[in-house]
Amino acid sequence: MIMLREGMDEMCAQGEWPLYEVFVRSKRGLNHVHVGSLHAADGEMALRRARDLFTRRNEGVSIWVVKSADITASSPDEKDPFFAPSADKVYRHPTFYDIPDNVPHM
Amino acid sequence: MTADTEAATPELEEHFQRTIDRDQRIEPRDWMPEGYRKTLIRQVAQHAHSEIIGMQPEGNWITRAPSLRRKAILLAKVQDEAGHGLYLYSAAETLGADRADLTRKLIEGRQKYSSIFNYPTLSFADVGVIGWLVDGAAICNQVPLCRSSYGPYARGMVRICKEESFHQRQGYELLMTMMRRGTEAQRRMVQDATDRWWWPSLMMFGPPDHDSPNTAQSMAWKVKRHTNDELRQRFVDMTVPQAEALGVTLPDPELAWNPERGHYDFGEIDWDEFKRVVSGDGPCNAQRVAQRRRAHDDGAWVRGAATAYAAKHSDTSHDHRGSQGL
Ligand SMILES: [Fe+2]
Ligand SMILES: [Fe+2]
Repeated sequence: MIMLREGMDEMCAQGEWPLYEVFVRSKRGLNHVHVGSLHAADGEMALRRARDLFTRRNEGVSIWVVKSADITASSPDEKDPFFAPSADKVYRHPTFYDIPDNVPHM
Repeated sequence: MTADTEAATPELEEHFQRTIDRDQRIEPRDWMPEGYRKTLIRQVAQHAHSEIIGMQPEGNWITRAPSLRRKAILLAKVQDEAGHGLYLYSAAETLGADRADLTRKLIEGRQKYSSIFNYPTLSFADVGVIGWLVDGAAICNQVPLCRSSYGPYARGMVRICKEESFHQRQGYELLMTMMRRGTEAQRRMVQDATDRWWWPSLMMFGPPDHDSPNTAQSMAWKVKRHTNDELRQRFVDMTVPQAEALGVTLPDPELAWNPERGHYDFGEIDWDEFKRVVSGDGPCNAQRVAQRRRAHDDGAWVRGAATAYAAKHSDTSHDHRGSQGL
């Protein structure tokens, strides 16, 4: 019994449960939104734990979990040139175009 | 890499402080000064530990709750506190802390938690008073932290604050019930619990401002939004009328409305007691940490079994649900 316990401790120490990011759809018609993260042995368990942790009060109708390690992310720094291409194309916005005030429904 | 980072530091530092000054949030992968990261990890970890250890004083009464209704409420409340701990550990991890390491530091007594949880819960009235005063003080502390400069912590605090309101109200309602519909003995229990928890609740806001050297830096970083004394005063002002409505006396002969200040004056806090309890010498410190360690050790086989199960099924269960469309 003690042997078993020690063996398992060792296993836990080596293979700590991976981190999962949790996304919840709060109601039909809305996107899933990131709500936090948790550790679980696998995806199935991550879902159950996410339910218990993030939806104790009807906060969700659908949950996604994904291993944090599987997410590819941009750099969060807003100065990052990664987003520069979107800054200089004012013609993508409706306010770029002058339409006389008397033209209706536009 | 290192040379590069160092050369860029003044500019990064300026960008960091400007982000904070504009009341924008710092997010996990942003550059941040080491001091900011360390301060926050300590603050968030200590807060997480407090939520986790905080389950014990009340958890003590779950099996002995006087009715099924009270039992279900208490169970839900204690479960919330576990949730709060987990939200906060998750926030600490975004700063590079390792969760297993934080747990280790807690059960080895190397990281602190709020001194309030080192006091015993002697009667069921303590459950009510904890909800009223301890959760009440926690709310005072936590509401401003919803505007902490660190995004994940601030978002965690928003979730927590939403849930705390139930905690405080269930406690106060419990006490109201004992005071209005209870026996004389039950009313005495409420007064006794109030007497024991009042001063420790005031200590929850931390040492007085003149004895809190890190406050200035924490305020500049907006990881703290008000000083300890400001929050303590706010709590006293909010609580006095609640005590009156309840019909209990707060155990402080110096407590009195001061019309000039527009606040209640209150007596001197026993800071020696505070220091004693924080540094490990409170009535229940050893018991709380031992209990946390026991829970961790007793859960080892469950963690091991789940890990083994996951390893065994990792090859087969793949992509079962992969293509159901997002
Ligand atoms: Fe809490
Ligand atoms: Fe609470």
